[in-house]
Amino acid sequence: MSRETIINILLALLLLAIPFSASAMGEQFYVTLATRITILALAAVGLNIALGLGGLVSFGHAAFFGLGGYAAGILATHTFNAEPLLFGLQGTTSMPVIWSVAILVCGLVALPIGAISLRTTGVYFIMITLAFAQMIYYFAISWPAYGGEDGLSIYVRNGFPGMNTAQSLTYFLICYVVLMAALGLFWLLRGSRFGAALQAARQNATRLSAVGIAPFNIRLVAFAISAMVTGLAGALFADLNRFVSPSMLSWHMSGELIVLIILGGKGRLFGPVAGAMLYVLFEFALGGFTERWQFFLGLILLGVVLFARGGLLGLLAGEARHG
Amino acid sequence: MSIALLIEQLLNGLQLGVMLFLMAAGLTLIFGVMGLINLAHGSLYMVGAFACATVAAATGSFWIGLVASLIAAAAAGAVMEIVVIRRLYERDHLDQVLATFALILIFSEGTRWLSGSFPLYLDIPPLLQGAVPLPGGGQYQLYRLAIIGVGIAVAVGLYLLISRTRLGMRIRAGESDREMIAALGVDIRTLYTVVFALGAALAGLAGALVGALQSVQVGMGEPALILAFVVIVIGGIGSIKGALFGAILVGLVDTMGRFLLPKALALMMPTAQAGLIGASLASMLIYIVMALILAFRPSGLFAAQS
Repeated sequence: MSRETIINILLALLLLAIPFSASAMGEQFYVTLATRITILALAAVGLNIALGLGGLVSFGHAAFFGLGGYAAGILATHTFNAEPLLFGLQGTTSMPVIWSVAILVCGLVALPIGAISLRTTGVYFIMITLAFAQMIYYFAISWPAYGGEDGLSIYVRNGFPGMNTAQSLTYFLICYVVLMAALGLFWLLRGSRFGAALQAARQNATRLSAVGIAPFNIRLVAFAISAMVTGLAGALFADLNRFVSPSMLSWHMSGELIVLIILGGKGRLFGPVAGAMLYVLFEFALGGFTERWQFFLGLILLGVVLFARGGLLGLLAGEARHG
Repeated sequence: MSIALLIEQLLNGLQLGVMLFLMAAGLTLIFGVMGLINLAHGSLYMVGAFACATVAAATGSFWIGLVASLIAAAAAGAVMEIVVIRRLYERDHLDQVLATFALILIFSEGTRWLSGSFPLYLDIPPLLQGAVPLPGGGQYQLYRLAIIGVGIAVAVGLYLLISRTRLGMRIRAGESDREMIAALGVDIRTLYTVVFALGAALAGLAGALVGALQSVQVGMGEPALILAFVVIVIGGIGSIKGALFGAILVGLVDTMGRFLLPKALALMMPTAQAGLIGASLASMLIYIVMALILAFRPSGLFAAQS
């Protein structure tokens, strides 16, 4: 077993151990904190498919995070108010249905956004994905039907068949299982023919097209899958807070998702998990120590970018095997 | 819809465009010469506004405040370049995005630390208070006209600086081949600091001028930054001509969209609904225009050769 695998297993166990021990000690707050880590990690696993494997620096993944959140919020609100959605469809409070809708919506939105953005590369790609996310953000703010700027409350956490999701530990476990499934997906993708092509597109797109694979299609599919995973995380995040607001769509969120990946280690399987743990720990520890925690977060982040390339996993497990 | 109202909205669009040009010119110059994407450009805009508001409150003169904003933003830019940005030129865009994102956090929280959470206010200088009559009736704020004038002067000044001076020649040379001009004995490090400080000063000027129209507060730079990104993407990154054209286009499309879309939709549907849909569409309009332009011209309208 390589050192990285051992560290990965330890991280997975650590994340599982926090809420159980907190729950045993009656500290519900830490269970919520662990759930937050899990969901942010899931969102970053999604982004890691595009950014880590494909080298596509999307600065607009908050769009998908927020769309997933709004899917949960809107469906639950319609059920709560007993108003039918479009075409007489009913709202729902069942998580599996909400998740499917969130995934589907994000996939459908990611395809046109990806198709336009992927015509460009480099800085243009970064700015265009940002601009598309801003477009959805401003739409959410100016469209008053679902709360506009004030956001949308979910009065009761949505249900999962056979589980009591109102219990924070149960909800953590649901999120944890989803995160592990997403990590499994990432691992399968990375090892597949598709993943090989995607990584080749990052390293040298010209050579990839020379062997007869169009980089555009590969990237577009990766972008859509990446958006779908992040959208699922958004639906879970909305249910965790029982609240959705345009701030989930804001460009700060997109920046945070990139930060999670870089803190943990870009393109590494458990990079997002390590990054989310570190980020929430910083936020919590610095937030308890000073009101100005963002100032120090900025300094730490600057230090990581300038001096500790490779993130936490790079530090613990050495350089990634492939470039 | 009277002619005067239409002219007023057109002028508002032009004024927004001119402000965006001041932001976008610096961004695009920095990208063109150094190949750097600087998210913290909006922080320099904020620094300019805060410097102007603080100094104007202390001295009672807007004009001293305006000079202070130029100096403060240029100095902040130069320090930022020497301490952080310099290490990022050789890095990929992802590292640049992250490091400058970290700078935004530091600047925003630092400003809040220094000046408190309450917005500052900046008065329009007495010389520029008042209004000018418009053809067809109605009046227009003199200060906004002055902003348009400043923007045009800066555009002409930048053009002369880049095409007619020695510094401009070096900037152009730096854009096309940085190793070569370093080999010819030009101190490229100093040149980069100067270009960065110049871009910063323009952003600070924009912040100070807009500060008298809105309140001066932390976070004011971010919407301006994102609009400036849209501008330089439309215009073609690295092209100042593109930045000017893109800025005017974005300013006009945004302002006229908010003004005309609800009215146009009202011809087809009930007014209340038209107002709602029109406002939502208008807030997305510049991004839709950007997407359309990029779908046909992926590297913008006036792309510099890369």
